[in-house]
Amino acid sequence: MMEFQDLQIMAEQERTRRKAIRIHCCTSSGCQASGALELFHQLQAAVEAAGQNERVDIIGVGCMGFCGQGPMVSVEADGVLFEHVRPEQAPEIIASLDGGPCNVKQGDHAHPFFARQMHIVRRNGGVIDPERIEEYIAVGGYQALYHVLHEMSPAEVIDAITRSGLRGRGGAGYPTGLKWATVAKSPGERKFVICNGDEGDPGAFMDRSILESDPHLILEGMSIAAYAVGADQGYLYVRGEYPLAIARLQKAIAQARKHDLLGSQIFDTSFNFRVDIRVGAGAFVCGEETALIASIEGRRGQPRPRPPYPAEHGLWGYPTLINNVETFGNIAPIITNGADWYAGIGTERSKGTKVFALTGKVRNTGLIEVPMGMTIREIVEELGGGTPDGTPVKGVQTGGPSGGCIPEALFDTPVDYESLAEVGSIMGSGGMVVMDATTNMVEIARFYMEFCMDESCGKCIPCRTGTVQMYRLLSKISAGQATAADLATLEQLCHLLRETSLCGLGQSAPNPVQSTLRYFREEYERLLRKRVTINLTSR
Amino acid sequence: MNRLKLATVWLGGCSGCHMSLLDLDEWLIDLAAHVELVYSPIADQKTFPEGVDLTLVEGAIANDEHLELIQDVRERSRMVVALGDCAVTGNVTALRNPLGEARSILQQVYIEHGDPRGVLPSTPGIVPILLDQVIPIHMIIPVDLFLAGCPPSGPRIRAVLEALLAGTPPELAGGFG
Amino acid sequence: MAARTLTINGTLISARSNETVLEAAREAGISIPTLCHLDGLSEVGACRLCLVEIAGSPKLQPACHTTVTEGMEVQTDTPRLKAHRRAIVELLFAERNHICAVCVASGHCELQQLAVEVGMSHVRYEYLSPDCSVDISHARFGIDHNRCVLCTRCVRACDEVEGVHTWDIAGRGTNARLITDLNVPWGEATSCTSCGKCLLACPTGAIFSRGSTVAELERDASRIATIVAARNERW
Ligand SMILES: Cc1cc2nc3c(=O)[nH]c(=O)nc-3n(C[C@H](O)[C@H](O)[C@H](O)COP(=O)(O)O)c2cc1C
Ligand code: SF4
Ligand code: SF4
Ligand code: SF4
Ligand code: SF4
Ligand code: FES
Ligand code: FES
Repeated sequence: MMEFQDLQIMAEQERTRRKAIRIHCCTSSGCQASGALELFHQLQAAVEAAGQNERVDIIGVGCMGFCGQGPMVSVEADGVLFEHVRPEQAPEIIASLDGGPCNVKQGDHAHPFFARQMHIVRRNGGVIDPERIEEYIAVGGYQALYHVLHEMSPAEVIDAITRSGLRGRGGAGYPTGLKWATVAKSPGERKFVICNGDEGDPGAFMDRSILESDPHLILEGMSIAAYAVGADQGYLYVRGEYPLAIARLQKAIAQARKHDLLGSQIFDTSFNFRVDIRVGAGAFVCGEETALIASIEGRRGQPRPRPPYPAEHGLWGYPTLINNVETFGNIAPIITNGADWYAGIGTERSKGTKVFALTGKVRNTGLIEVPMGMTIREIVEELGGGTPDGTPVKGVQTGGPSGGCIPEALFDTPVDYESLAEVGSIMGSGGMVVMDATTNMVEIARFYMEFCMDESCGKCIPCRTGTVQMYRLLSKISAGQATAADLATLEQLCHLLRETSLCGLGQSAPNPVQSTLRYFREEYERLLRKRVTINLTSR
Repeated sequence: MNRLKLATVWLGGCSGCHMSLLDLDEWLIDLAAHVELVYSPIADQKTFPEGVDLTLVEGAIANDEHLELIQDVRERSRMVVALGDCAVTGNVTALRNPLGEARSILQQVYIEHGDPRGVLPSTPGIVPILLDQVIPIHMIIPVDLFLAGCPPSGPRIRAVLEALLAGTPPELAGGFG
Repeated sequence: MAARTLTINGTLISARSNETVLEAAREAGISIPTLCHLDGLSEVGACRLCLVEIAGSPKLQPACHTTVTEGMEVQTDTPRLKAHRRAIVELLFAERNHICAVCVASGHCELQQLAVEVGMSHVRYEYLSPDCSVDISHARFGIDHNRCVLCTRCVRACDEVEGVHTWDIAGRGTNARLITDLNVPWGEATSCTSCGKCLLACPTGAIFSRGSTVAELERDASRIATIVAARNERW
């Protein structure tokens, strides 16, 4: 049985067994793709060869966020940061610990890309070994769960989450405390907690990175939620394309069970909680909560009309709490630091931080976690460093296929749920694609519409076949073969899908079209022609 | 009396819609008192005339000749009526659409299911060129009235014509098929 | 069962507390177009034709899947709803190959009827003209995917009424197709009991009785002799 002292003892043991120098080598998916595993082994070999075993530890850590510059290596104590490290440079890095010459490209922690970030959910990313529960415990892990189980009633937990102002990070921004309260008061013989790690937006990898870098943070958040709403079983739904995240979660669950942090009578209380992983096949729509539930139940992953909401009628008909990975990632920090601390970060109605995947025509790409309310301009120009070749920025796309394009003129918009919605986009799960003056906005709209068309589940008519018609119209416009009447039809279809589609996929599929029409209409109109043309092709 | 100028056009259809019109028998004689038939497959006029008041179009757009003619029809008619399902939806004429582009259909018809040693017909300027897809006429020109049915029955055609002659909005009861 | 009073299109009506807006409307003689709904089957809210406006709700709600509440104010026939319904029916006609003139169901098809009901004079969208198959491997029935609207009434009838679940859907989006068993020809689907409930449930000409299509009309020439004999013998 795990007790609070045991946590502290483990943490202490872990800290004392640490060597003088810790070198962090990112072994998450992004850096693995650029050869980080080989580098990791070479670093270990170099330590061995230099006879530095007593003094230096090479730790495989989670994502540091600067994935575009990977593989990334950092030296813990003095904060040196190495970028684009090649395996053969390992000895050089080890030698540099003792002042040896080192030509490996160095990053700068004072760079706004790092300095302007604020790490709550990603605070352990790039710092701890995600495959060892001891490292998580050494940085205070599972103390929040202990605190909750021994010193707070479920109602108090819910109250804390409510007061923190946390809102769902899965896209819609629904107040988390309110959702927990609904599940808690819904009658049911059993209740479930589901963590939504489906992350289907093209280009998004925030949740993958969190799961790979700090799996116990999510397990702890889910456990606290389960206690608050009265659930005894949790499911982690992760897409099959995330094998590393799944492997690390499996490891984390096994370790947590071994230390009685999952299972029965956790921390010697009557609280029991078990977590299982469910691997999705990677359909975008399975991120929609009712489709996800159907998928866990073993049925075809298709949404159903809401109400009833999962909070009342979820998995196998029981009240079910479903939150996003990043949402769960905020829970333990809120409990540890207090609701008021959290509520002090961000804007009036959007509290805390948000993780974004900054990509596209921008110098510094990668994962960033910034306080809500930072302006798009600050993110793109300061953290992102503008476009790589100095071409003027045209806009950003946020929210993926459900989001919209925001023109440069509106870059002083703060990133918070309401402001982004006002300018015709959404916060979404955190994709942020920077576009420069050369970007063709009609093509952007067409790209996202193709995605929605391919990912439509096919259950409801407006989305299933409306997206096909919209995609064809956009292709026709793009090819310079459409008339003003075609553009009008496209706009009517936007309206139809928004108002009549069954789930969020179809309802928000028009967003990229409508937002580009709103700000870049002339790009569409330039392509229109007066008369209908039929190609006498294929002769 | 100043009679209205009526035209009827036969595009990609089976002529059944025209048969339905002819089915109106002696009413056609009454009709002739009000309209002058200026262009029709059953009249001897080679080019589509100017200043037509009302044109009934049977059939879908299936080849380049239809494509050209329908533009003239629109430019020279005050009112265009899509007569029958082929004109309105493509219908039977469009049954070939799922089978692929024109070339592959000709290949299937003339070579694969015809004479394996044969050749694809090609007589430029005489036999019109097939379009890859058969399309309803409103995809090319604005259409004022759609009269569905395969064919629309004589009485329905008559009801529409009577209403139009009387200047009242026609009743389009009845659907496809 | 408690009663609820609500207004539909301004008319005050009363309904049982567990009734859907669709049921309440129908009892009051107000018709709302439907396609995926079939009395006796579970509701999926998929076709979106029955969407109605409910005062206070920013989103349109499916009448077939919405329970009445006290004081609810429902509008079923506003210009916006009419426009949406027409567009949805048009999308269906453009999606597959609906050639009513040569269809077994013409004259008794719910889709064909819906087109009239929603005033669909023509289709404004591009016809997708997909290449769809026809499966006549079953001894008594056939399925013509050209006419299927993916309403899943057959799936539910088979699953919920016959208790078999021969039908399901494979694929996504507009490529979704009905399948029998694990995507084998219907004639080889061993779970099928040939009960014909899917045939009864199908709103269109997609599922049909063998022998009812133009090309495979089955004649029984011996009936002539029977008729003549009957006349002669004054049966
Ligand atoms: C098409 C579609 C895809 C979605 N994909 C995801 C996803 O990948 N991850 C996620 O957390 N939420 C996704 N959502 C939102 C979920 O339905 C749900 O609102 C969310 O998981 C709730 O968690 P939250 O309150 O913490 O945001 C998606 C919604 C839709 C309509
Ligand atoms: S909106 Fe699209 S994804 Fe959602 S239920 Fe309808 S068809 Fe499926
Ligand atoms: S609508 Fe019917 S009758 Fe008229 S041309 Fe076409 S096939 Fe013939
Ligand atoms: S299924 Fe109905 S709408 Fe489709 S072709 Fe047959 S009769 Fe026409
Ligand atoms: S076969 Fe008929 S009942 Fe089944 S989904 Fe298609 S249209 Fe609906
Ligand atoms: S994956 Fe290595 S820094 Fe993000
Ligand atoms: S009948 Fe209600 S959604 Fe189909």
